[in-house]
Amino acid sequence: MTDAPKSFQEIILRLQSYWAGQGCAVLQPYDMEVGAGTFHPATTLRSLGSTPWAAAYVQPSRRPTDGRYGENPNRLQHYYQYQVLIKPSPPDLQDLYLGSLKAIGIDASLHDIRFVEDDWESPTLGAWGLGWEVWCDGMEVSQFTYFQQVGGHDCAPVSGELTYGLERLAMYVLGVDHVMDMPFNDPAAPIPLSYGDIFRQTEEEYSRWNFDVADTDTLLQHFRDAETECQRILAQPAEDPKTGKRIVMAHPAYDQCIKASHLFNLLDARGVISVTERQAYIGRVRALAKQCADAFVQTAAGGWAA
Amino acid sequence: MPDLLIELFSEEIPARMQARAAEDLKKLVTDGLVGAGLTYASAGAFATPRRLALHLEGLTPESRATREERKGPSTSAPEQAVQGFLRSTGLTLEQLEIRDDKKGQVYFAVFDKPGRKASEIIAEVLETTIRSFPWPKSMRWGTGALKWVRPLHSILCILSDEAGAQVVPLTIDGIAAGDTTRGHRFLSKGSIKVTGFDDYAAKLKRAHVILDAAERANHIWHDATNMAFAQGLELVEDTALLAEVAGLVEWPVVLMGAIGADFLSLPPEVLQTSMREHQKFFSVKNTKSGRIEKFVTVANTETADHGATILAGNQKVLSARLSDAKFFWENDLRTVKSIGLEGMAKPLEQVTFHNKLGSQAERIKRIEALAREIAPLVGAKPDLAAEAARVAKADLTSQMVGEFPELQGVMGKYYAEAAGHDDGVPQACAEHYSPLGPSDAVPTHPVSVAVALADKIDTLTGFWAIDEKPTGSKDPFALRRAALGVIRLVLENGTRLQIGSISLKPIWANRAAMFKAGAFPEDAVPDLSNKEIEQRCAIVLANDLLAFLHDRLKVYLRDRGIRHDVIDACIAMEGNDDLTLLVKRAEALSETLKTDDGNNLLQGFKRANNILTQAEDKDGVEYSFGADVKFAETDQEKSLFAALDAAEAKITPAMKSEDFAAAMSAMAALRAPLDAFFDAVQVNTDNQILRRNRLNLLSRIRTLCLSTADLTKIEG
Repeated sequence: MTDAPKSFQEIILRLQSYWAGQGCAVLQPYDMEVGAGTFHPATTLRSLGSTPWAAAYVQPSRRPTDGRYGENPNRLQHYYQYQVLIKPSPPDLQDLYLGSLKAIGIDASLHDIRFVEDDWESPTLGAWGLGWEVWCDGMEVSQFTYFQQVGGHDCAPVSGELTYGLERLAMYVLGVDHVMDMPFNDPAAPIPLSYGDIFRQTEEEYSRWNFDVADTDTLLQHFRDAETECQRILAQPAEDPKTGKRIVMAHPAYDQCIKASHLFNLLDARGVISVTERQAYIGRVRALAKQCADAFVQTAAGGWAA
Repeated sequence: MPDLLIELFSEEIPARMQARAAEDLKKLVTDGLVGAGLTYASAGAFATPRRLALHLEGLTPESRATREERKGPSTSAPEQAVQGFLRSTGLTLEQLEIRDDKKGQVYFAVFDKPGRKASEIIAEVLETTIRSFPWPKSMRWGTGALKWVRPLHSILCILSDEAGAQVVPLTIDGIAAGDTTRGHRFLSKGSIKVTGFDDYAAKLKRAHVILDAAERANHIWHDATNMAFAQGLELVEDTALLAEVAGLVEWPVVLMGAIGADFLSLPPEVLQTSMREHQKFFSVKNTKSGRIEKFVTVANTETADHGATILAGNQKVLSARLSDAKFFWENDLRTVKSIGLEGMAKPLEQVTFHNKLGSQAERIKRIEALAREIAPLVGAKPDLAAEAARVAKADLTSQMVGEFPELQGVMGKYYAEAAGHDDGVPQACAEHYSPLGPSDAVPTHPVSVAVALADKIDTLTGFWAIDEKPTGSKDPFALRRAALGVIRLVLENGTRLQIGSISLKPIWANRAAMFKAGAFPEDAVPDLSNKEIEQRCAIVLANDLLAFLHDRLKVYLRDRGIRHDVIDACIAMEGNDDLTLLVKRAEALSETLKTDDGNNLLQGFKRANNILTQAEDKDGVEYSFGADVKFAETDQEKSLFAALDAAEAKITPAMKSEDFAAAMSAMAALRAPLDAFFDAVQVNTDNQILRRNRLNLLSRIRTLCLSTADLTKIEG
């Protein structure tokens, strides 16, 4: 058994090298604001169609309503998820997952690891799957899902998705009670940095902006703009008049869908969306996600063949 | 006779689905086998988180051969008929038998179906079972098309007898049945070959899997209670949690830990709910103080450190959870101490109760008015009942109830105490939702009763006003439960309440709420200023609601052995919206009809009523007055006069004082003189004076009997 990891980044590095060792392409985070790792096109879009896929990546994620000014020991408006997506789901995915826990220092001979029913559903992505939340000594450390539908399309083959809540998992492995106290790099480094050194201030700044300052009229306008642009992109003919090639722009359209989704989250945090409007907004984002999924399966990566 | 063992081994099956799945497996397989002509002696089904298993003992090794015969046309029938018979049977002429019949010789088609081997039948039945298994939710995985609750990994299917075990050959979507299984995910390695059920169960146990869910639950319960007992504590019973936890582990290991001292001041309901909902922990109580001080968690594995790491981890998670709960508790307490419960209730103005009936705050105002009106009828002070109604739902806006909705009411009680309410108000906050079902306790404190009744009557009248009544199996607003709540609150407290008249005001108030919410269709907007029309409308709705309550009451009383016709006889009487009075009358009548005198009197009454009704129909007059003893001819007639005088002298005052038992027993005492009268006297005699006098006498009997209950409704 390897030594216990010493820092947040070491846990990330070990997960990266473990999943690279299992043959996954280790991707970089998507360069847009998303609510969860699932939104990365490497998961949402690549889970569609029949082309095999195996990817792992860290995804910075934002949930504006979870901001607590950096004071809550567990809650953050900006946090990291580690995401693995393998299509088709291999028969030993549970064992592979348990191997990753071992790699970061969670030994199944000493801990109580349990797969507890938890069905996953994303109303904004029009997606659902069955699986579990994985418990380690009573704490949820991952989501484990077999995707059944994404963007209203049946997944065939089925992808297996693993999502690790990195801060919570690392806090447990490192024995830290407050996220801000967690060592980010090696505590023995010349300049040791804690999670709080890096993120306490930004949590404060974003909490204030998210809850009280963000201009709601601008956000609403941006939401409408993203929605319009997404639909405009998808309305273009498949054949590009300039190159004469067939270029279905699923990804640029999906970027606009991601934007709309994040803008909705910001509006929600500003408290300007009523209970009845909520469903309507979610429905609008879902409609975009569905159209993007429809477009993606018309592309080569989505399994389209001329 | 061979035994059959089937195991379907998969990734973790949700705990809540396991028991049902084991039963479904048993039913589908045994139905299939029996349908195909096999029999078996006994069947047992099992489930763990990773497997469903079925064991059949004494299975017949093959199905019996069967023979089917079909009679065809006569040998002398036209060619077409013979050809038709051949086509329909699929046979050739040579294959038909010729037999003698009454009318000559006829063709017979004979089909011999040989017996089939059990293994062949099992393979077919198991495949059908797996492919059509009724999981509440199922999924695909990998590249396959097969659906199962979670990925299915292996199938064990063996037939075993003294000679040994044989795999039943079958392959489903690439999974070939075999004779091996696996043990515990972490405590066992490699595959395990099994030869029969006993071998299977024993080897699984050695591989750290307890196959039987009941055995796992017993083990957990036994260890947990012992552990608590050893420290002078008591495990809080929770059968639903026990069943769930037994479905989360194959090898239960019970661990007990302490709750941090910081959290012991939290209300026990908060500790228990948080631990159960989030962590699936049992609560351990100090019997002397009643406080919850420890928890029991059930791990699925044994470790070298005897669970120390696992317990420490669980304790840490619990502390984080309880820190949240404590944070909510302290915030809520601060809120109620600074702005009071009424301040806490303020956000309910923004919460919609129903889009046709306005906000929660508006609803609370209606409940308050109603509670004030009901209070004197249940012995509560109107001001206290109104105060309780105003604050009883304030906790819906608290952070704690936001996190744990099931703590509504309970938190209200604590917050009401903290805000300085007393005199039964905190208790009413906790109890006003009760009773929630047929076995839930009914509040008895007058303030609780007043608010609980007002809450439910407002719900009923509101949904009656917007015409959202329960239909068939659909009752989305739980109105049957609300009606049963009203019935139990009234009856078990002996409350005297005229529901008909008391529901008029809330109907009116709910119609006003609808008006405000714009819930009337454009062509049906009422003129609420027209009191007369509005009153009439309210009466119609109140009567309809009362009929619904009477229906629910019949169901409730049927379970208590009172027949529906007895209740109908009492519902037909005046004052039927006073449920306490109604039931008192029904109980007395039910008892009376159980006695010999009572039952015979009923027959006598019916005879009297028949004779009288026929005579009245024939003569076109009503015989209602003027029976005079001076026209009595026989002793029996005179005795009946005397008996009626005596009965009337008892019944009238008894009815006045609502002593139905006394009234009805006096009525039953008429049985003997009435029987004697009918034996000796002919009513419809030729002497018109005597006849009229006798009919008038029967009319006295009818009037007297009908003053207790409408006996014409009684069957038999």
